[in-house]
Amino acid sequence: MHEWALAESILSTTLEEAEKEKLKTIDEIKIGIGELQQIERDIFEFALEEIIKSKDNKLKNVKISIETEKSTLKCKSCEHTWKFSDMKKKLNEDESEAIHFIPEVAFVHTRCPKCGSPDFEITTGRGVSIISIKGKR
Amino acid sequence: MEARVSIIKKRLRSIKRIISVASGKGGVGKSLVASTLALNLAEKGHKVGLLDLDLYGPSSHIILGVKDVFPGEKKGIVPPKIHGIEFMSIIYFTEDKPSAFRGIDITNIIIELLAITQWGPLDYLIIDMPPGIGDETLDVIRFIKKSEFLVVTTPSKVAISAICKLLKILRELKIPVIGLLENMKMAESSIIEDTVAEIGVPFIGSIFFDKNLEDAIGIGDLLLKTKFMEELDDNLKKINL
Repeated sequence: MHEWALAESILSTTLEEAEKEKLKTIDEIKIGIGELQQIERDIFEFALEEIIKSKDNKLKNVKISIETEKSTLKCKSCEHTWKFSDMKKKLNEDESEAIHFIPEVAFVHTRCPKCGSPDFEITTGRGVSIISIKGKR
Repeated sequence: MEARVSIIKKRLRSIKRIISVASGKGGVGKSLVASTLALNLAEKGHKVGLLDLDLYGPSSHIILGVKDVFPGEKKGIVPPKIHGIEFMSIIYFTEDKPSAFRGIDITNIIIELLAITQWGPLDYLIIDMPPGIGDETLDVIRFIKKSEFLVVTTPSKVAISAICKLLKILRELKIPVIGLLENMKMAESSIIEDTVAEIGVPFIGSIFFDKNLEDAIGIGDLLLKTKFMEELDDNLKKINL
């Protein structure tokens, strides 16, 4: 249920932003989920629903849409690019779970498939983010 | 949009005091002071957490003898209790493999750890900081507004020069500094005390080099009985800890 903590972060940020923008109601939140973090979508959606029920009525009729973003990685040493889906099959269960909690430990458990460098970057699809928030003033 | 930062304040809400044990220089005994400070406070009956933020070279787990444990999951990750201390470290996720991280990754890891760790109600959270005034120090200042700093040095002209830079930046940013602790003292000298007096930072006191300390590393019960711990405790009394 580490997804719960992330869902809580999303809604807390949304309410803070709504406060800044003086929104009276929040109609839609578009959330991005990076593939690298391997979020259990059912649990994440359940957590969002449960937290919304317990929150501020600004969120009462909010529509949540979730987009999954493919993870791409790029080597800083040889500039090779690759996808997380290609590298996932080489990870054991513990390594995969560690990346689920802290996506950056991908640098610890994997290497550039072309040159073997640990110096690569996550160019897309790291973890959870808010793409947009819509509401009424 | 970054979605994790706003929850950090809530995660730290039930912690009464946060003390970051820091230094401008490596090898002065920050991790040892942080780990033994946590042990000392837990032994006195306080609820204590220890967060190792030295992401390249974590070592608090070695000092406390942490083995074969993993955080639980309940609406986030729950730090396992080691010698009564809620202990969180990157080590659970790296399996002690070499960890090469760039600055942006360090910040992301710190945000993630702070956003998902569910600390219990704590009297003290001790943070074991990496050396220097790089990303981790700036991130603690940015995300953990209520952190106080306890700074460690050795009686070395080389160390104190780097430590003065850390102390000066903390003072410039108006971050509370509990004081400076001199570790591994070998001979009577007032060089450290005199140097910090010039900056206006309280000098807590000294801990003499304990040649038997190494034998207690990894064994919590033995650490509590060392000469090091006795002298640390004397110094902690001076700052009401």
